[in-house]
Amino acid sequence: MTQITPSRRNVLGAAAAFGVSLQFLAAQAFAASEGALEKKKFVFVICRGGMDGLTVAPPLGDPDYAGLRGPIALGDEALKLDGTFALHPSLAAAWRLARAGEARIAPAVATPDRARSHFEAQDVLETGAAAVYAESSGWLNRTVETLARARKVSALSVGPTAPLVLRGKAPYASWSPGHLVDGSARLPALLQDLYKDDPLLGPALARGLATEAMAAQAMASVGHAGEAAAMMPSAAPGAGARSLQQQGQAAARQLGETLAGFMKAPGGPQIAAISLDGFDTHANEGAAQGQLGARLAYLDAVLDGLHQGLGPDWKDTVVIAATEFGRTARVNGTGGTDHGTASTALLLGGALKTGGIVGDWPTLKPSTLFENRDLAPTLDMRGLFKGVLAEHLGVDRAALDQTIFPDSAATRPVTGLV
Amino acid sequence: MAMPDRELAGAIAATRFGLGARPGEIGEATRDPRGWLKAQVRAEGADLFPTSGETAARRIADLREFQQSRQMAKREIAGDPQTAAEARDPVKLAQKMLRQDTAGDFLARTQLAATTPAGFRERWALFWSNHFTVAANKLQTATVVGPFETEAIRPHVFGRFQDLLIAAETHPAMLLYLDQVQSVGPDSPLAQRAAGIGRRGVGARLQPVAQRTLGLNENLAREIMELHTVGVRGGYTQADVTEFARAMTGLSIGGFRGPEAEIGAPVFRLAAHEPGERSVMGVRYRAGGREQVGAILTDLAAKPQTARFVCGKIARHFVADEPPPALVARLEKAWMGSGGDLAKVAEALIAAPEAWNPNPAKFKTPYEFLVSSYRAAAASPQGIQQVAPILTALGQKPFAPGSPKGWPEDAGAWAAPDAVVKRMQFAQGFAALFVQGRDPKRLAAEALGARLSPATAAAVARAESRPEGFALLLMSPEFQRR
Repeated sequence: MTQITPSRRNVLGAAAAFGVSLQFLAAQAFAASEGALEKKKFVFVICRGGMDGLTVAPPLGDPDYAGLRGPIALGDEALKLDGTFALHPSLAAAWRLARAGEARIAPAVATPDRARSHFEAQDVLETGAAAVYAESSGWLNRTVETLARARKVSALSVGPTAPLVLRGKAPYASWSPGHLVDGSARLPALLQDLYKDDPLLGPALARGLATEAMAAQAMASVGHAGEAAAMMPSAAPGAGARSLQQQGQAAARQLGETLAGFMKAPGGPQIAAISLDGFDTHANEGAAQGQLGARLAYLDAVLDGLHQGLGPDWKDTVVIAATEFGRTARVNGTGGTDHGTASTALLLGGALKTGGIVGDWPTLKPSTLFENRDLAPTLDMRGLFKGVLAEHLGVDRAALDQTIFPDSAATRPVTGLV
Repeated sequence: MAMPDRELAGAIAATRFGLGARPGEIGEATRDPRGWLKAQVRAEGADLFPTSGETAARRIADLREFQQSRQMAKREIAGDPQTAAEARDPVKLAQKMLRQDTAGDFLARTQLAATTPAGFRERWALFWSNHFTVAANKLQTATVVGPFETEAIRPHVFGRFQDLLIAAETHPAMLLYLDQVQSVGPDSPLAQRAAGIGRRGVGARLQPVAQRTLGLNENLAREIMELHTVGVRGGYTQADVTEFARAMTGLSIGGFRGPEAEIGAPVFRLAAHEPGERSVMGVRYRAGGREQVGAILTDLAAKPQTARFVCGKIARHFVADEPPPALVARLEKAWMGSGGDLAKVAEALIAAPEAWNPNPAKFKTPYEFLVSSYRAAAASPQGIQQVAPILTALGQKPFAPGSPKGWPEDAGAWAAPDAVVKRMQFAQGFAALFVQGRDPKRLAAEALGARLSPATAAAVARAESRPEGFALLLMSPEFQRR
């Protein structure tokens, strides 16, 4: 296979070779010159597998916590947030942001789905519908569609496959680390011609080529031009050794920085989605150290890279990291936890208002556990999303209630977040 | 829906039912498209790709032995940097060996797919291997995905679903992948004993045993119901999952404390089995050991919800992301009428007119794209480096789907803008390597037959170089679909 070593010049040359890319870049440049709302950035991080909220933000002050959790309960090593809650020690960067008033937790959120199936719950999390199979596009895609009627807006999916939350009618770009396009090749132009009547491949190729051109700029701006092939999250067979984990964290930080580079480039996307997997901790979950601790360190590094990379633009940014469901309140028989209901969502960003936890804490009293096994939800995840979309991106209430989260008028947006 | 003409049917047989045409294949299939496919169905199951010869049990035992000796070595050499450095080489060597097992199996499977004359049989096997996903994403399962396929899946893919189900769910690789090996009945003798020791607080030597949590893990039980049999709408409740998980306790694999021949092999530990009768989806199962879980699996296999769910998946895989309901109904009828005979279901698929729609509705997954590219070139990959990096870049890392649901089926998952660009870059390099001395126009005709569109034929003919022509074929809308 040919190895292509791109230079900044030939990548921009590639962009210039296609009319569509030029139009794309021009449209983006135009967008950057508009008002304050256009500067607002939103990143959605999907933590797949059912992230254990009680380990992400352990309620150390809840009298039932230590008993329910047994060997996986956290103690003094957790990073204290207030009299009740702390963050997992792996989430050090998120904790520093929380101390600075730029991160908050929503400790008992859930989607409307109660089936405890990863795949149904992820569908509901990403489609924004009240039930599974009710919608085939993602709520972030419908957000782009709605906003695009009023202003220029663009979205980016990071990773080799696009998450459902961004799929739908509105166009989005996607990018994952790899080699860049050779600007001198004829093939892209010939294929664009061959794809002119292809509703799937035509638009996909055009957007892919445009994003490649932006990638070169984004990576140049953070000083990582070229070598990025090892950047995507992956659970390599045999991974788990300490050095591999550190390499993984360095790659995660670089991934966050590169995404930041995209978003702050002139005409870069205002909306992005990235998905991380590996949170399904049925066995040997660990406490301060262990399987989940390692995944949280990875998440923390992505968030840290994003924060550092955005620099002054962090003040215009909100990030939500959420999962499809939480896990059982009690530790199971194999040092892990099984599929549960409510979990913790993390909110981060310089645009956030300072405040305590988002939503109520149901407590872990046996009588309040959902079906006598799970943390009970006190806040519908859609309310959280609606609050951020309304206050941060200026999406109007009717669109939120009817289009973006269909039939959700009864679920009020959480206010006072931004 | 009428059958397309024979020329087009031959091309569909080789590219949609099969894995893409090697030169000459469409010609063969065209003589009798349905007969050509039916001849690939056979009682002894799918072809077995060559693994290094060890069973899954052997590989698990090797891995555990390696881990144990590594632990010991670590303890012995602690504090002595020179011994530590000397010990590192054999450790590296062993790690390399383990990696080679996985890489070797994957390469062998890809070579089989690239060269087999029975593309439909191979696709059918790949479907079932994805239905019963075991992923190489934990150290424990990294080396056993290949043997899992050859031991538990491939021999049964044209037999009864019930036999395939039991073989897959009780195989050591599945038991490890979905955490069944550690699951212990809370009222089982083993858990009772551990709790007793804990209460009495006897000697320090026993403390580690006492502190180990022994209890239920419902992961495999839930995924069997949700993903492998009745499906998430199959009418079970959380209580059914928990009951099923209780019944499954005892299914495990042999460890170092047992007989040597059993290390890594499937065993049933009666001492870990939750005693008592169980009730799952309204049926009561008598107390017992292995028979109890066998009876539940047998009943799950026979349920009409299972036929509906799995036949829907078959139709989605072979025909369209949103398959015609009439097609699913035909498959279900063949399934229920034959007691889940998968050869009969395969034959019903071949016979169904809906499966022969002239418009290709399926976008190839990265593995399908890669395999069909090799088939079009009449070539076969010679090293893991030729296949693993491209599949990883396109989101389909060898043997490592991200969840027990397996690889996604829908075009939306694979046709992201970035992925299309990466396919194009791959096609460029691949075409340059393999087109030498050949006529891309001829390769196009051989690869697509009557499916080749005038636009693609013209673009290939106008190409300024052979590699460009071949790359255009590989990236053409009709080659990207099936």
